[in-house]
Amino acid sequence: MSTARGAPRSMWILAAVLAALLAVPAAGSLYVTYLATEILIFALFALAFNLLLGYGGLISFGHAAYFAIGAYGCAVLSVKLSWPLAAAFPAGVALATVAAAIIGYFCVKLTEIYLAILTLAFGQLVWAVAFKWSAVTGGDTGLIGVPVPAWLDEPAQFYYFALAIVGACVALLWVVVHSAFGRTLAATRENAVRAEFVGIHVKRVQLVAFVISGGISGIAGALHSIFNRSVFVESAWWTQSAEVLIMAVLGGIHSFAGPAVGAAALILLERLIRDVTEYWPTFLGAILLVVLFVFPTGLAGMARRRAARSVERA
Amino acid sequence: MTTAQVLSIRGLRKSFDGFVAVQDVDFALAAGERHAVIGPNGAGKTTFFNLITGHLRPDAGEILLGDRAITGLPPHRIVRRGIARSFQRINIYPRLSVYESVQAAHIARAGRTFELFTLADRLYRDETEATLAAVGLTSDADAPAGTLAYGKQKQLELAIALAADPRLLLLDEPTAGMSPHETAEAIQLVGRIANERKLTLLFTEHDMDVVFSIADRVSVLHHGAIIATGTPDQIRRDAEVRRVYLGKAIDEAA
Amino acid sequence: MSGNPVYFFIQFLNGLSLGMNLFVIAAGLTLILGVLRVLNFAHGAFFLIGGYVTYFLVDVLARAPGAFWLAVGGATAALAIFAFVIERLFLRHLYERDHVYQLLFTFALVLLIGDMLKAGWGTNVLSVPYPTGFDGATNLGITYYPTYRLLLCVIGFVTAFALWFVVNRTRWGRVVRAATQDREMLSALGLNVPRIYMLVFVTGSALAGLGGALASPVLSVYPGLDAQIIVECFIIVIIGGLGSLGGAFLGAIILGQLTAFGILLVPAFELVLIYVMMVGVLMFRPWGLLGRQEAR
Repeated sequence: MSTARGAPRSMWILAAVLAALLAVPAAGSLYVTYLATEILIFALFALAFNLLLGYGGLISFGHAAYFAIGAYGCAVLSVKLSWPLAAAFPAGVALATVAAAIIGYFCVKLTEIYLAILTLAFGQLVWAVAFKWSAVTGGDTGLIGVPVPAWLDEPAQFYYFALAIVGACVALLWVVVHSAFGRTLAATRENAVRAEFVGIHVKRVQLVAFVISGGISGIAGALHSIFNRSVFVESAWWTQSAEVLIMAVLGGIHSFAGPAVGAAALILLERLIRDVTEYWPTFLGAILLVVLFVFPTGLAGMARRRAARSVERA
Repeated sequence: MTTAQVLSIRGLRKSFDGFVAVQDVDFALAAGERHAVIGPNGAGKTTFFNLITGHLRPDAGEILLGDRAITGLPPHRIVRRGIARSFQRINIYPRLSVYESVQAAHIARAGRTFELFTLADRLYRDETEATLAAVGLTSDADAPAGTLAYGKQKQLELAIALAADPRLLLLDEPTAGMSPHETAEAIQLVGRIANERKLTLLFTEHDMDVVFSIADRVSVLHHGAIIATGTPDQIRRDAEVRRVYLGKAIDEAA
Repeated sequence: MSGNPVYFFIQFLNGLSLGMNLFVIAAGLTLILGVLRVLNFAHGAFFLIGGYVTYFLVDVLARAPGAFWLAVGGATAALAIFAFVIERLFLRHLYERDHVYQLLFTFALVLLIGDMLKAGWGTNVLSVPYPTGFDGATNLGITYYPTYRLLLCVIGFVTAFALWFVVNRTRWGRVVRAATQDREMLSALGLNVPRIYMLVFVTGSALAGLGGALASPVLSVYPGLDAQIIVECFIIVIIGGLGSLGGAFLGAIILGQLTAFGILLVPAFELVLIYVMMVGVLMFRPWGLLGRQEAR
C-alpha cells in the first residue's frame, strides 16, 4: 500500500540502515558489535514471529520452542556428536521446521484462545523435555562449548556472518509477505470465514505460515547458540516467548519492520536499565502498559503517523 | 430440465440437538434461473444456504452441482467448483483495502494461494479492476474495507463473490438494511451482472418487491420444509402460502 | 512401606487437600476465561498477593484471636478491590481489541506485581502460622492427619457447593452461564455487559486471593510461587474445560491425585508428564471433560 511518494522514502531509510549495519564493527567498540549481533538475531526471531501474529492473526505463545529447538539442535549435534557446524546448523533448523509443522498442524485446528493455550502448552513441553533430558541437553546447566570454526571466531566476522544470514531471511520474509500467499494469509487474518468462502483453504494457509515462522525462528536460535557458544534451558521457558511477543508489539505488529525495531528497542532498554537497577521487570511492565494504552500501533506506527503528519504539512 | 440443472438437492435434512432446521428438502435449479427462497424468520433459509455452501454438513440427503456431488465437502472446495455466496451480515476484511479484498479472491480462484514467491502487486490487476468496475467500486479501490459506508460494503460483498467466477451465486438477503433507492440500485446491479456473466442466482429476501421484480421462480420455506414452488404469480395465489406467511404483504405488493 | 494401605490413604488425603485448595483458585480462573475469554496470566500473581496480605495481616494482628481468619477475609477483600480497580481503569479498555493485547496486559501485571512484592517483602520464604485450633492433627481412626489440611478439603467442597448453587440456582448464575456460552447474545438481551464482566473478574480474582490466603500456612509465601500455581491452574482448567466450574472441580481432584501419586510412579519425568497431559487434552479433546464443544 505504499504510494509513489512513499517508495523512494523507504528506499532511503533502507539504504541508511544497511549502511549503518555494515559499518558497525569498524565504527563501534567490541561491546557494540556484540550488542548489534544480539539485536540482529532477535530482530529475525521477532520478524519470523510476526508472520504469524501480525500477518496471520495467530497468537503463538510458545514460539520460544522453535528458537530453542534450533539452538539445541545445532548445539547438541556439534557438541555431543561432533558434527561440523556446516551440518549441525541446517540440521538444527530442519528440526525446528519439523517441530513447527507438527505443532502447527494441531494448533491450527483450534480457534483463538484455544490455539494460544495449546501453543503455550507445547512450548512448555519443549522446555520440560530440555530440562529433564539432561543426558542430551545438559538439563538446567545447559550445553556449553559449541565449536566455532576459525573464520567465525572474531566478533566482527561472526557479525557479518549473522548479518548475511539475517539479511537473506529478512528478504525471504519480505517476499513471502508480499506474495500471493501473503495476500491470502492477510485475508484469513481479517476474516477466516469469508476467506473460506472464496476458496481459500484457511487451515493449510495457516499451517504453511506456522512452518515458515518456526523454521526461521529456528535459524535465529541456531545463530544464537553459535554466537553464545552455548545454549541454556531458559531460552525455552515461556518468558522467552513473552519477550518476542513484546518485541513485536512494541515495534508494531502491523508493519513489516516493526518487530525488528521493537527487538532493538527492547534489547537496548534492557541493557540500559539492568545496569542501573534490578527492577527491570517493573520497567518492562510499565513499558508494556504504555504501549498497550498509549501507542498500540507500536514504535513503527508512531513513526508512520509522524511521517504522515509532516507530509500533510508540506 | 435435468440436463441444464445447476443445482439438484434430494432429501436434505439437518437437525440441531433435536430441532429440525431443514426437513427432507428436494430442490432443483436450472441454469440461468433466478430463484428466490422466502419464508418467515427461523424458517431455515440461512441453514439451507449453509448446507449448500459446505459450512454445515447435512445429516441426510445429497447435493449435486451440475452432475457432481458436493455433499459434505468443505467450503473452500465447494467454492472452487463454482458456488459463491454473499452474506446477510457484512462479512468483509476490515483492514484490507477494497482492491486487496477482491484481489485475494482472484488469487484464490486461480488456485495460487500458496505461491510464496510471486509478488502480489501486479497479480490479477486487470481482473480485479474489472470486478470493481462491474460493481461500481473503482473509485474506492484503495479505501480500507472497514471504513466504507454500508451500501458500499454490500457492493464489496458482491464483488468478492463475483471474483470467484461462480456459475451459481447465492445471495443471503442482499438488500437487507438498504433504503428503497439503494435497494433498487442493488437489484439493478445484480440483475445486470447475472445477465452479463450468465449466472444462476439463488437468493433469500424479505423484501417482496425485490422478489417479484427479479425472480423467475420462488420457493417458500416454512419450518425447514419447502411448502410451495412456482412462479411469483403462482406463489402469490397459493392458498397455503398465503395462510402461512404472505397474507397482507402479497396483496400490498400486487 | 509403600504397600501400606495407610500410606495410600495419607497420599490420597494429601492429593485431596491440594486439589481442593487448587480448586478455589482455578474456579476463579475458569470463570474469567469462560466469560471474559481473557487468559489471565496474573491469576497466579493474585494468588500470591493473597498470601502476602495474609502474612502481613497475621503479623499486624499478632496474637489476636481469630487473627488468621481475619487475615483471610482481609486478603480476599483486598484482591476484590484490587481487581475492581484494575478492571475499571485498564482492562475494560482492552475488551474490544485483539486478544493479544489482553494477554500482554495480564503479563504486564505479572511483572509489576512480582517486582512490587519482591520490593516489599524481599526474596525470603515467609511462613504463616496455622490458625489456632487447627494446628494439630485429627484422629481419623486408622491414622492421624493434619487438621488444617482436612479443613482445606472441607472449604473446597463448601466453595464448590456455594459456586454451584450460585451458578445454577440464581439469576446471576444464569447470566454467567449465558455469558459463557454466547457473549454476543448478552447485550442483545439488554444485560449490562460491562457490569457483568467486572463482577466476574472481581469474583474470580477474589477467589484467587482466598485460595492464596488459605494456602499460605501450607505452602508458605515466596516469589516464584505464582508461576507454579498458574501452571497448575491452567492444567486444571484445560482438563476440566474452559468456563466449566464442574470441570474445574474434577480437574482439581485429578491433578491433586496425580501429583500425590505421580511422584511415586514416575519420579523422573512427572514434569514432562504434566505438559504431555495438557497437550494431549488440547489435541484430542480441547473442550476438556465438561466444557463446551466450540474449540474447533
